[in-house]
Amino acid sequence: MEAFGLLMHGFAVLLTWKTLVLMMVGLVLGIFVGVLPGLGGPNGVAILLPLTFSMDPTSAIVMLSCIYWGALFGGAITSILFNIPGEAWSVATTFDGYPMAQQGRAAEALTAAFTSSFIGSLVAVLLITFLAPMISSFALKFGPPEFFAVYLLTFCSFVGLGREAKHKTVISMSLGLLLAGVGMDTVSGQLRMTFGSGELLRGINFLVAVIGLFGISEILLTMEERLALRGHAAAISLRVVLSVWKDLPKYWVTLLRSSFIGCWLGITPGGAIAASFMGYNLAKRFSKDPEGFGKGRIEGVFAPETAAHASGTAALLPMLALGIPGSGTAAILLGGLMVWGLNPGPLLFVEHKDFVWGLIASMYLGNVVGLVLVLTTVPIFASILRVPFAAVAPMIVVSCAIGAYSIQNAMFDIWLMLGFGVVGYVFKKIGIPLAPFTLALVLGNRAEDAFRLSMIGSGGDMKVFWSNGLVGSITTLAIVLLFWPVIDKAFGSMGRLWRPAKAAG
Amino acid sequence: MSDTEIEIVVDDPTAPEADSPAITSIRVVDVTVSLLLVALALTLGYDNWRTGIAWDATGPQAGYFPFYLSVILAGASLYGVVVAFLSRQEASETFVTRAQFRRVMQVFVPTLLFCLAMQFLGLYVASFLLIAGFMRMVGRIALWKSLLTAFLFTAIMFVTFDIAFDVIMPKGPLEAAFGY
Repeated sequence: MEAFGLLMHGFAVLLTWKTLVLMMVGLVLGIFVGVLPGLGGPNGVAILLPLTFSMDPTSAIVMLSCIYWGALFGGAITSILFNIPGEAWSVATTFDGYPMAQQGRAAEALTAAFTSSFIGSLVAVLLITFLAPMISSFALKFGPPEFFAVYLLTFCSFVGLGREAKHKTVISMSLGLLLAGVGMDTVSGQLRMTFGSGELLRGINFLVAVIGLFGISEILLTMEERLALRGHAAAISLRVVLSVWKDLPKYWVTLLRSSFIGCWLGITPGGAIAASFMGYNLAKRFSKDPEGFGKGRIEGVFAPETAAHASGTAALLPMLALGIPGSGTAAILLGGLMVWGLNPGPLLFVEHKDFVWGLIASMYLGNVVGLVLVLTTVPIFASILRVPFAAVAPMIVVSCAIGAYSIQNAMFDIWLMLGFGVVGYVFKKIGIPLAPFTLALVLGNRAEDAFRLSMIGSGGDMKVFWSNGLVGSITTLAIVLLFWPVIDKAFGSMGRLWRPAKAAG
Repeated sequence: MSDTEIEIVVDDPTAPEADSPAITSIRVVDVTVSLLLVALALTLGYDNWRTGIAWDATGPQAGYFPFYLSVILAGASLYGVVVAFLSRQEASETFVTRAQFRRVMQVFVPTLLFCLAMQFLGLYVASFLLIAGFMRMVGRIALWKSLLTAFLFTAIMFVTFDIAFDVIMPKGPLEAAFGY
């Protein structure tokens, strides 16, 4: 139970007035970001990151992760009350949440959403508490080939398991890796891909790209739609909360199943979006009354919300233990770690105990505080939507500009942000996924260093990636995942050969 | 529970019409972007080849890793050109309608002007102009509300970043007149 003692130490780090205030500020900002159209978890975290540059790393990560929890909670408010999913992962919540609100059961649906979010996160945090230290101490034995194999595994699983067209994922990823290499080469000190430009010498900053890709492009996309809305905001009374909680044990199978799906998809880079849909579909399939789904069943809110939050939280596990983010937002937090001068990776658990356990403790505390906060303040946050988008949009643009400029104090970065805004807009519309791009941009240099160091170690022999059982099995798994769609199809047709009678089903 | 309900209604006076004609299909944009990516991959690939993609005494040269990435990018984009060109589904999907495009430009052009104005006027004055102008012109919000919101927001940003958190933003003549 070493983890338990360290966790208690983490709580001790957290329980100062300053940290608690930052936590509340982060949660409120996060809910705000989650409720507003045209802003989401990754955008909010990216835009608000510069605020934390002058803080110590522990306060900074507590505030940022609370923004993230807040955004996860906030997304549910708009999906249930207005049928507008504030985030892609709350789309599945609208299926049953909005019908419930129309039937006058909005308070019930909101309570269900917040409670299940809380349960999902809690399961994932428990997993992080006990698994992350184990994985990181195991990973301390890793050399460059092992690390490169793990990076390869991350990239390959994006290609093999992603829902988008494979070549588009490959485009997004290789572009990200290429742009990460612009500027001074860290090993030889040589310049590359700068074309004589002094501005490109610094390289393309990851956070500037993220602010453009997610912040600016999201504003452009939001403007395309009709932004009128109509709905009812309901305050949640204690009576409703208690009656929902009393029924909670009846749905333990759904909750457990969704938490499991969420944790699994969060650790492997599948993301909260896939998790919420999968949670919803499985709950529907295993239900005794699948016809009732989509017409306002409370299970239809429990299932996707639990899965989305479990996955959003579990995405931080590989980030903490290995330095590999499981989601776009985790990638931005990782970018933050580097700005604060911490080196992400397994050594974090050894060298910065306060930071890691403070963060893990803040996941527990942030979720409890967040749950209470959203349950009591829903009407206030819902009325934020009264603020017209024409007022919100320019403010977001200004915040993005402040964020982009403050990272390196460079005017060039403002233009870069604008450029990435256009790129993000076009990419989203033609179906090139942005998450692999973000991930590649933040991991690019580390992946290249790992590759080059292993190549130097082996004298240029590719066999180094199969030199021992560990690295060999990771590399092989990566290649299997890369070709997973092909393998899956092959197995499927073999299955049909064996059981021709069942082929119709 | 109806006693605690609040109705929230928000209108969108300049919403794009639903029946606006399409400017272009997704296929056209997809092919164009893929071709641009091929060109980018070739440029970067050439630059890396010039930097050196071979091995020297210390290991792989600086261009080695990015060169092979350019090759992957070029391959995937070329494949993308072919797939997009043949796709019937993408040909039938609208990339953007005329009304939507007008709305997107309504944000994009002010943002562009904002970035430009920032070089000369500093961030805060440019922000004030952007917010007030956008709320008035696009949102059709009353002038005094627009000016007040813009002023308050800009002032809060100034206090938060420049004074409280010491994050220094670009400034112009106005701030200089006040001694910042």
